[in-house]
Amino acid sequence: MALFTYETKKDTRSGFGAGMEYLSQHNPKVVALCADLIGSLKLEGFIKNSPERFFQTGIAEANMIGISAGLTLGGFIPFATTFANFGTGRVYDQIRQSVAYSGKNVKICCSHAGLTLGEDGATHQILEDIGLMKMLPGMVVINPCDYNQTKAATIAIADYEGPVYLRFGRPVVPVFTPEDQKFEIGKALHLVEGTDVTILATGHLVWEAIQAAEALLEKGIKAEVINIHTIKPLDVQAILASVKKTGCVVTAEEHQYNGGLGDSVAQYLAMNHPTPMEFVGVNDSFGESGKPAELMEKYGLNAEAIVAKAIKVMARK
Amino acid sequence: MQTQEIQKISSQVRRDILRMVHGCQSGHPGGSLGCTDLLVDLYFSTMNLKTDAAGKVVFDMDGTNEDLFFLSNGHISPLIYSVLARRGYFPTAELATFRKIDTRLQGHPTPHEHLEGIRIASGSLGQGLSVAIGAAQAKKLNGDKSTVFCLMGDGEQNEGQVWEAAMYAPHHKVDNLIAFIDENGQQIDGPTEKVMSNRDLEAKYKAFGWNVMRMDGNNAEDIQNTLNKAKAELGKGSPIMIIMKTEMGAGVDFMMYSHKWHGVAPNDQQLQDALAQLEETLGDY
Repeated sequence: MALFTYETKKDTRSGFGAGMEYLSQHNPKVVALCADLIGSLKLEGFIKNSPERFFQTGIAEANMIGISAGLTLGGFIPFATTFANFGTGRVYDQIRQSVAYSGKNVKICCSHAGLTLGEDGATHQILEDIGLMKMLPGMVVINPCDYNQTKAATIAIADYEGPVYLRFGRPVVPVFTPEDQKFEIGKALHLVEGTDVTILATGHLVWEAIQAAEALLEKGIKAEVINIHTIKPLDVQAILASVKKTGCVVTAEEHQYNGGLGDSVAQYLAMNHPTPMEFVGVNDSFGESGKPAELMEKYGLNAEAIVAKAIKVMARK
Repeated sequence: MQTQEIQKISSQVRRDILRMVHGCQSGHPGGSLGCTDLLVDLYFSTMNLKTDAAGKVVFDMDGTNEDLFFLSNGHISPLIYSVLARRGYFPTAELATFRKIDTRLQGHPTPHEHLEGIRIASGSLGQGLSVAIGAAQAKKLNGDKSTVFCLMGDGEQNEGQVWEAAMYAPHHKVDNLIAFIDENGQQIDGPTEKVMSNRDLEAKYKAFGWNVMRMDGNNAEDIQNTLNKAKAELGKGSPIMIIMKTEMGAGVDFMMYSHKWHGVAPNDQQLQDALAQLEETLGDY
């Protein structure tokens, strides 16, 4: 039985592009910057509508972050865009000093996060970006799950005052969340109700978690699936309520175990409600070239892997 | 403002710098003393700053319709703190808290502690020019005709980000920006020529498309004349870079012509010897 259905598949980065196009028409304070990747970030619509509010920085990400910080003075809301590797790891200190410590209202919006950028390989497949960004005091970290949610998140962060890291990806994935949804930063979304195991998923792994819940249901296991689109601030109330009911938890993300959603959840539960827990993610390894689906299978980031971890964690209750 | 008046303020600012660094036995007096004449000119004469009806400066983060200054080489924090306090942004008594626990006057400047006059954190080098360019572009978008100023060190020119910014500003015609390089020829590991030669900075910035000028950064008259000349070049399509020759430790004879005082505080006797060379013009804090 299908718990969720979808009609089309789209890339989350196109959801970002659609959100930016909306903002070009509805928020005159939003400005966009890009480091020579306009097509990859789907910024054509924004630039067509608001060419004077777009700044091409060339392949110079450090400068892009500094310019973004400067543009906030005078009331602008800069969206600094590039691939996740170049927008976080490469410019960590610029984000740390000029944005986070300086408390600037900059939105760092990055595509091609994780393994699913595919063939370009490990140089581009950052799996540490959530950790890098969530460690910065005051930084909000968001990883939406599909086109519609990425569009909604893009629009929502413009109305939030403060630095945000918005992470999305390259491949087309099922569009299963509602069109024109309201996005609430830090508010986890219950997708499937269950009593046997909690699955907390973020980004591309949310759809896989739903598929896993369907497979578990066929085995008579009722999994609860929660979409943690915001890793920081974490919706600890929603997580706590669910694990109190199910007594065990699996986290799923396209990221290293270290620094990801899983370790935020583990830290919270260890202090407040110790619970058997398993992780679906990349375990201290770089990625490699390949097709997205092949990589997700090889590194254990799909529905099958979530099912196996769910069964394992239930045995530990 | 007459240059004699600027020199009077500079003498007091230099006293402040020495006393602040002595007070916490920490900080960077050499570069602070070297750049004093420029910052006093900017804040007391050249820059148009927002004031209330009584003429007192008022601070808001956005800084629209006023000139803005960004300090990229944040380690000369005693200088910016003294100048901001003397200009009226916060009480001069607060200078005594420099680098001490719970202070707003952190080792390197930051808006994190809500200190009036500071708009960006600096200290990790190479970032200020990018921020200044962004602020200048924000002014253009807002139709704000005021000017953005930025000071960098010459050692700071080692940082790659500086050259990303150097390439960007002329390409985007950021012509409401006047930047400075403090060419004191020294950095932590020795003379700039030995550590990492900047070679011909003037030729480099010219090649990137900047309107480049030179001045003596320890000569109040030359500073005023050069800034007047630079202001006349604003709005002509190119950002302006002023390479200013300064002497680290300027104003205190035994701190000059050496790199020794980059990041060293004077002891009690050295403080007395230094203060004896600088007239107390506005009253010590």
